[in-house]
Amino acid sequence: MTGRNRWLGGFAVLIYGFLFAPIAVLIVFSFNDSKRNFVWKGFTLDWYPTVFGNEDLIGALFVTLRVAAVAVAVATVLGTLLGLALARRRFRGRAATETLLLVPMVTPEIVMGLSLLIFFFQLFDARGSFAQLALAHATFCISYVAIVVRARAAGMDPRLEEAARDLGASALGAFRYVTLPLILPAIVSGALLAFALSFDDYVVSTFNAGVGSSTLPLYIYGKIKFGVTPEINAISTIIVAVTAVVILAAWRIGDRRERSEPRSGR
Amino acid sequence: MAADVRVTSATPPGIGAAGAPPGTGAAGAPPGTGAPLGERLTSAFLVVPGVAWLIVFFVLPLALIFLVSLGSTDALDRVVFDRLSLDNYVRAFDPAFLPTFLNSLRYATATTVLSLAIGYPIAYWISRYGGRHKALLLILVMLPFWTSYLIRTYAWMIILRDNGVANALLQAVGLTNEPIILLNTDFSVILGMTYGFLPFAILPLFVTIDRLDPALVAAARDLYASGRQAFLHVTIPLTMPGIVAATILTFIPAIGDFVTPDLLGGAETTTIAKVVQEVFLEGRDWPYGAALGFVLMLITLGGTIIALRPLRQEVVGG
Repeated sequence: MTGRNRWLGGFAVLIYGFLFAPIAVLIVFSFNDSKRNFVWKGFTLDWYPTVFGNEDLIGALFVTLRVAAVAVAVATVLGTLLGLALARRRFRGRAATETLLLVPMVTPEIVMGLSLLIFFFQLFDARGSFAQLALAHATFCISYVAIVVRARAAGMDPRLEEAARDLGASALGAFRYVTLPLILPAIVSGALLAFALSFDDYVVSTFNAGVGSSTLPLYIYGKIKFGVTPEINAISTIIVAVTAVVILAAWRIGDRRERSEPRSGR
Repeated sequence: MAADVRVTSATPPGIGAAGAPPGTGAAGAPPGTGAPLGERLTSAFLVVPGVAWLIVFFVLPLALIFLVSLGSTDALDRVVFDRLSLDNYVRAFDPAFLPTFLNSLRYATATTVLSLAIGYPIAYWISRYGGRHKALLLILVMLPFWTSYLIRTYAWMIILRDNGVANALLQAVGLTNEPIILLNTDFSVILGMTYGFLPFAILPLFVTIDRLDPALVAAARDLYASGRQAFLHVTIPLTMPGIVAATILTFIPAIGDFVTPDLLGGAETTTIAKVVQEVFLEGRDWPYGAALGFVLMLITLGGTIIALRPLRQEVVGG
């Protein structure tokens, strides 16, 4: 058993190396003192100030953040409501609602992107705009928020809310003071997930962005395809670092919360 | 229920679902049928906004794709519906287009097989030998997933170029003197896709392997099964839901992916998704592009339904 264990362990180390090597290379090369990206010339920090001096890039970053803000707000509200309904309520069309949530998750992004392009063009004669982009992003984020909230709400003991009702809380009060605090970590997680999906999206954006609503992934893609600059390594490194910190922090908070909470059937 | 397996698996760890106890999908005490008006209004308040949004911005656009795919273009490349036909689908299945179709299927299949072959041992290792660090090990697998797909693909460009990191290493070790062409090959596309979608395979595999009671395997061993027999006849069948979910979750993004073939495959590599993107962004012949997009959607949905069928029988029967 130990022999197999060691063999498997070695394989695991190899795969973890495979997962992180490209990111490590990217970070190392963001400190590379060479215009041509592919050969190591020496250490420099020059590319980082260049990033913040690049108006196009900063502009694209702000578009991305604004799109994400709208998309996250819409998706979090609609997704939370749907997640709660699926976890706690029996209603007509429940199975159909479940399917409606799942299909967007298994739809290729490219199909979703072009369907919205066609939709906005054929019905509203619109060829990409900030609003169109934000609506599109909200659409692919809803399912993810709903699934996360639903999982959490389903794992919550319904007797907790009933107990609050028995003790004289109104339906709204029981929700506000019992249910909401318990599912809040899931709502936050869902919102973070939605943010990451929106912030990172290239495919849907490429079909729905218009003139002046170019996002950071669109900007980066253009740079990668037609002439690389080390600036891209620097901005990539910043994005990777920020995401890693946020995810690890969210994980630690979620982990602590979960242990201190009552659970159904335990 | 089958859907539940897939979905909770699709949720990255630390996102709430990971901590939810298994088998609570149908928990809660929903009010009985014939609920009072207040209850029904609450349900409507919860359900209607999200459903309405998805019908308007998801279902309707999909219906429009189908409608447009039946149309044709006029002299100004505008979509017209004066003569609805299936011509665009006939064109999509033209033999000349076959290599593109096969490319897409080849890349997606190779990616799925590789992801399962790599993902299963890793998920098994985390579950059985992860100990206290299970959650952290899982987070580490998912961390690359959280960093931009685009940026990760770009990192492979830096590594695989003729004068990139991989060739520098190979030459330093003395394996080759001339740069080996790694970028813009089938190898680089499949490598990039496997790298990108491997976490999607590991997560559902981990969920089912971790749920598997080791006592069942021990029982098989007690009944004189060899380690291999126990694995083939107990572990694999019981983790089949995870294998199915992993297959769907890697195959679908792989077949719809055009970022990887575009950046790591070069100009000569064509896939359905790449052709769709070109047709639309160059603004010509939308009906044809719509037909290709619809075919992509059908492949995806068909694959999902076929893959989920054995799973559903198993779960519902049990």
